[in-house]
Amino acid sequence: MTDRDKTGRDETGPESAKDTVRPVPVEGPSFAFAEEGEGFDKLSPNGAGAVATNFSKSPTDWDSSEMAKRIRRRYAAERRFRWVGLGAILLSAGFLALLLFTMVSNGARGFTRTEVRLDVDFASAALFLDPATLRSTGAKAALAGSDLQGVVAKAAEAQYGALGARLFSDTAWLKVLDSIEADPSLLTRSGSLWLPASTEIDVAAKGDGDPAAERAYSELGSRDSARTRFNGDFLTSADATDPAAVGIWGAFKGSLLTMLVTIAIAFPVGVLSAVYLEEYAPRNRWTDLIEVSINNLAAVPSIIFGLLGLAVFLNVMHMPRSAPLVGGLTLALMTMPVIVIAGRNAIKSVPPSIRDAALGVGASRIQVVYHHVLPLALPGILTGTIIGMARALGETAPLLMIGMRAFISTPPGGVADPATVLPVQIFLWSDEVSRGFVEKTSAAIIVLLVFLMAMNGVAIYLRNKFERRW
Amino acid sequence: MSPFAIVIAILGLAVLGWLSARARAMAFAAPGAPRLHSLPGYHGWYVAIWAALPALLFLLLWVPLSDRLVMDSVLGSPAASNLPPFEMQRNAILRETRELAEGLRQSSFHPEARDLALVYGSALSRYRLIGTVAALLLVFAGGAFAYSRVGPAFRARTRVERLVMLALLLASLIAILTTLGIVLSLLFESIRFFSMVSPVEFLFGSTWSPQTAIRADQAGSSGAFGAIPLFWGTVFIGAIIAMIVAIPLGLMSAIYLTQYARPVVRRWMKPLLEMLAGVPTVVYGYFAALTVAPAVRDFGQSIGIPSSSESALAAGLVMGIMIIPFVSSMADDSLTAVPQSMRDGSLAMGATTSETIRKVLVPAALPGIVGGVLLAVSRAIGETMIVVMAAGLSANLTANPFASVTTVTTQIVQLLTGDQEFDSPKTLAAFALGLVLFIVTLLLNIVALRVVKKYREAYD
Repeated sequence: MTDRDKTGRDETGPESAKDTVRPVPVEGPSFAFAEEGEGFDKLSPNGAGAVATNFSKSPTDWDSSEMAKRIRRRYAAERRFRWVGLGAILLSAGFLALLLFTMVSNGARGFTRTEVRLDVDFASAALFLDPATLRSTGAKAALAGSDLQGVVAKAAEAQYGALGARLFSDTAWLKVLDSIEADPSLLTRSGSLWLPASTEIDVAAKGDGDPAAERAYSELGSRDSARTRFNGDFLTSADATDPAAVGIWGAFKGSLLTMLVTIAIAFPVGVLSAVYLEEYAPRNRWTDLIEVSINNLAAVPSIIFGLLGLAVFLNVMHMPRSAPLVGGLTLALMTMPVIVIAGRNAIKSVPPSIRDAALGVGASRIQVVYHHVLPLALPGILTGTIIGMARALGETAPLLMIGMRAFISTPPGGVADPATVLPVQIFLWSDEVSRGFVEKTSAAIIVLLVFLMAMNGVAIYLRNKFERRW
Repeated sequence: MSPFAIVIAILGLAVLGWLSARARAMAFAAPGAPRLHSLPGYHGWYVAIWAALPALLFLLLWVPLSDRLVMDSVLGSPAASNLPPFEMQRNAILRETRELAEGLRQSSFHPEARDLALVYGSALSRYRLIGTVAALLLVFAGGAFAYSRVGPAFRARTRVERLVMLALLLASLIAILTTLGIVLSLLFESIRFFSMVSPVEFLFGSTWSPQTAIRADQAGSSGAFGAIPLFWGTVFIGAIIAMIVAIPLGLMSAIYLTQYARPVVRRWMKPLLEMLAGVPTVVYGYFAALTVAPAVRDFGQSIGIPSSSESALAAGLVMGIMIIPFVSSMADDSLTAVPQSMRDGSLAMGATTSETIRKVLVPAALPGIVGGVLLAVSRAIGETMIVVMAAGLSANLTANPFASVTTVTTQIVQLLTGDQEFDSPKTLAAFALGLVLFIVTLLLNIVALRVVKKYREAYD
């Protein structure tokens, strides 16, 4: 089969075949076997170097020391080359390992926080709140209206001296609020609460702080008033100015909404275009134009899509800035070509015999595609879609262009609310000066990478499970 | 009803239409009756489409229109006459009005908003009622028309399939529209930019300082838009430093994986390498800024070269790492595409494997490798986050890899984030830079694909 192919090609295209083989003869003088030729020359008494003369010589003595040395040299070069290749792979993999190691070692601490114990005597704190009213609705408003912040500050100063309030995070009183709401009887007695520490203490606890904070922390440690716990708030709260209080839920929800918009647009449009181009499109100039633009769109830098989104969606259509809707639309335009290309490949791999059989029993051309071809191609299309979505999830630059870099301290409620997304949140935190943000940035990166790996894992699983070789 | 509820209602009615039309068509299919042209399901689809599509299209037009009508009636009401003239304050009050009326907030900050909210609320409910009634009328009119046509001889399948074909065509036209949108938006803004700054200065000037002053008589108020330092920075980082890292590593990895590695190693290492391409660029950027840049700066200072903490070398190195899988997978493809006979021939002549690779396989696969490198370059110069986070902002025309340079993409981000006035050359310059980037990456891709295609034809 291959032999026939080869001869066929030689007949039809001798020119091109010759072109590609040419590098070998052109390289001839430095060609591997030329070295051997030199060896012959050295051995031959007349040293003419003409190949024809070699036939009159005695055969090469492969056991001579000279030949043995030469072969050793060539084998050494072979081993060196092989080691260089292995080294290149290990170096590349090493970079990946270093990257992941840096992020994990920095980020693991981002998931923990330091808590400091605070003893508050609510009964004498003059909060003027009745536990009974708190059981009714509006408890949160009543609590927020009372001076809990002042109570916490006073208690901290009483317990830890004049600078006591600085040990606690600015948002520590919200934790007090939550615990009172959970247990209103706390108001009538004194209680011992573990509250999040301020950023200085938190950084000091992780061995990175300035001397004063380190001293304060070791003092807390000796009084048994500090502990390190898993920071659940990091996964459930939104952005904040204080690194001790930041969370990624806001950005994560923004990412989720953006991806929803993206997939709602890119998947149907991508699959329908792939079906059209692969199954129905007539071969003409329009089809060529569509194909060329899809292939080019797949290679356009992502930031250009950001410029498009800014110019068209924001400045012409006046859509809301920083909204997941606009971000999703922009990313959908970017992801669509990926889905089209993957979809076309998947559709192409469905054998024509399936189509012929369906047509043969009387299906219409649309029925052939929707009843037979698409279901068979679906795993391939889904794999491509997930990979495209994973790319969109990690994309930052186009979203910066359409203003998704604002400081958003409440998670978005819908696709038209201002929001930010995970990668942009990482970018924003990486720009912060405060040292507490280093570990938070890495922790957010870990969350992002976990999601990307999960998506790619699903894609690989789908491919292995459903891919069929015909 | 709110637009969302109307959409749900329309879809619900369409489902009802589908069920009833299908049931009617089934009734025609009684034994002895004339044969149905289309399956009952197609009749269902025909009615459902007629019920839903016109109403949804109407809604798409009506929602923005009714927003404007509501706002007009609020502004036309007597309560709006004492709105402050300042636009920002005015907009804040109007936003509050809307939120009050829609029940998103309970109390208002501005007292005016409370009165306006009443007007807003009544106008909103009036126009929503009109919209709901019109949409439902359309649903019933469309549905009834289609339902009346359901019959044994009616060609429902043909109609539905024609619509499906139309949808397919429209979907594939979106790709052209996107391309057109990119080209036109870049062109329009660039033309506006070039009406303020001459293209010759932009393309050949060597001073870049886009910071325009607020007052016209201030020093340096015009700004300088010579983009040569940017182009140089982009080439320096993306096409020189990154490629010095990526080409040897990527090529040697591909050679090892295709020629030496055992299948099990290949099966594990290839996806591992490709993971390098899957890591988001913002992670690379953070890695470059946090880990690589300080190391590079310390190294530069230790050998006595003036170094900046945001060096071209740090950004280029990390970008090179990111590009490795692009080079290696293209090289991998083209090496495996070289006919086995050429490799066998060389080995049979007594060449070692490495000699075969260097003297036969790589030269034969060269066009594919070059194509892959060109694609990688185009990818590298369009890359944004690594350079934004690690390469700095000062537009230097220097060949010192330890100095800070800036790139086209960095400047686009820099110019377009922050305060924007849409007529200043500062903002428009970003689009001109984008146009240059678009054209260059497009050309690189076209050339690369040509090269690869020509080479593939030779062996396939």
